[in-house]
Amino acid sequence: MTTWFNRQASRPDITVAIFFAIVALFFYGSIAWTFYMSLTRSTLLPNYQIIGFDQYVKLFTNHRWLISCLNMVIFGVLYILGTLAFGMLLAVFCDRHIKAESLFRTIFLYPLAVSLIVTGLSWRWLLDPVNGLQALMRSSGWESFTFDWLTRPDRAIYTIVIAGIWHSAGLVMVIVLAGLRGIDTDLWKAIRMEGIPVWRAYAQIIFPGMRPVIASCVVLLMSEVIRGYDLIIAMTKGGPGISTEMPAKFAVDFYFARVNLGLASAASIMMLVLSLLLLTPYFISEFRRRT
Amino acid sequence: MTVVAQTSIFLPRAARVGLYVFLTVSAIFFLLPLLVVVMNSLKPMAEIRQGNLLALPVSPNLDSWVAAWKTACTGLECAGVRPGLWNSIKITVPAVVISTLAGALNGYALAQWKSRHANVIMLLVTVGLFIPYQAMLYPTVKILSNVGLFRTYVGIVAVHVIFGLPYTTLLFRNFYVGVPEEISRAARMEGASFLRTFWSIILPISTNILVVVAILQFTGIWNDYLLGLIFAGNDNLPMTVQLTNIANNARGAANPNINMAAALITAIPTLLVYFLSGRYFVRGIAAGAVKG
Repeated sequence: MTTWFNRQASRPDITVAIFFAIVALFFYGSIAWTFYMSLTRSTLLPNYQIIGFDQYVKLFTNHRWLISCLNMVIFGVLYILGTLAFGMLLAVFCDRHIKAESLFRTIFLYPLAVSLIVTGLSWRWLLDPVNGLQALMRSSGWESFTFDWLTRPDRAIYTIVIAGIWHSAGLVMVIVLAGLRGIDTDLWKAIRMEGIPVWRAYAQIIFPGMRPVIASCVVLLMSEVIRGYDLIIAMTKGGPGISTEMPAKFAVDFYFARVNLGLASAASIMMLVLSLLLLTPYFISEFRRRT
Repeated sequence: MTVVAQTSIFLPRAARVGLYVFLTVSAIFFLLPLLVVVMNSLKPMAEIRQGNLLALPVSPNLDSWVAAWKTACTGLECAGVRPGLWNSIKITVPAVVISTLAGALNGYALAQWKSRHANVIMLLVTVGLFIPYQAMLYPTVKILSNVGLFRTYVGIVAVHVIFGLPYTTLLFRNFYVGVPEEISRAARMEGASFLRTFWSIILPISTNILVVVAILQFTGIWNDYLLGLIFAGNDNLPMTVQLTNIANNARGAANPNINMAAALITAIPTLLVYFLSGRYFVRGIAAGAVKG
């Protein structure tokens, strides 16, 4: 018995087993459980009788859910494209041997250390029509200046995009800049000899060669979009009306405030399925690259 | 130096000016919210009402900071963010220490562990990073309720540790895969057990990655809102939740300067860590992003 134990203590197997047990129980076990709940009629209390996919039918006829999904697509596309473009531009400029590079980098990246709650609140105050930017412009003489997107149902979602880009552009910059710094100086020499303009060198040679780096940025940003909860809570609480609702908030609301377990579980499973669908191409290409 | 000379030839003077203009405008964009919040947190209400967000405070004072710290109302009580600060510290510190050390141990074990299925299992762990919390919330609530830990102090620390484990483990595993196998083999030849090797040989050579992971975990856990809201319970609500309650409280809405001071107090710890440990922070993000 003691020798068995000693032998195990000299090997990593026990540690590995405990770790996998935790991952299996809390991650994959929870997913299975949530999926099971989504097949039942559970509302306030769990009900363990399977009724099939009724909750999913209900979900996709739920106006608020459909709006949430639409908002996620609008927010996701604009946020990912905006953050990528802005972050890559900042990375390129920081890569052009500028003065005070580390100062600029520090400024561009600090939002990442700020919570999404504080980010959202700060932008909410800044864009508030009564006290914020609009009031400032008007009081400084521009009487007709109007920027009231935060309180307009058809525009509020774009203010969240702005706050999101503010928070994440530095992340893309750092990752892309690390990639740019890894580029062979010989490549730059060759580009110079060919007399290719700098912007074309980036667009046609450098960035296409950095596709895996950019792909991992996209993956990170996508998972931010699907999880997006804190920023909404801090900025708009889903409003005005339901104009900035998102799936992550829908699920949490239906779990805890509206206690409709079955529907919340169905929404969560849809979020998971979407994450996996979006991630699959990335994982497949990563897997191929490594083996 | 020669590189500088070579590549800067590409950019004519006009383009260089444009580049600095763009960088400066971007810097203003990034600094603007922070500036506004700092300046307005130093103004008395009378100045706020004048509606000039960007005006420098005429008579700056720390009254709003004191109010945010001690008397601002969350809707439940009027004790400012002070109880939240203490809650956040006592949640974050053990959660960071445990999830970092456990991640190091697991990461080392996985790097040592040779199996045909290692790849598939690593894939499952990596996918774990991208599972939305929503798909795990309800069962986790149930499991913790069954052992009496739901909405308790131990419960929220445990949730942070468990939910952070795949992330810290992968970061450490990627590091340890690059550590020469000879080190572990030599220790084994001397008769050291796995745990002994980890503790006495491997941990001491891992200080850099330990700092990197601890910083990432600190930022993540301190800034968390959702898990604190659900799992901490009313006695342990972290600062982010208290801040949101203060800012969304009807009485609070009338005092933006106090809310802004509260937001700053909440943001200071992670900002401090960022400014003091810049290089580690950047390295952590790059490592976590590209390999994770």
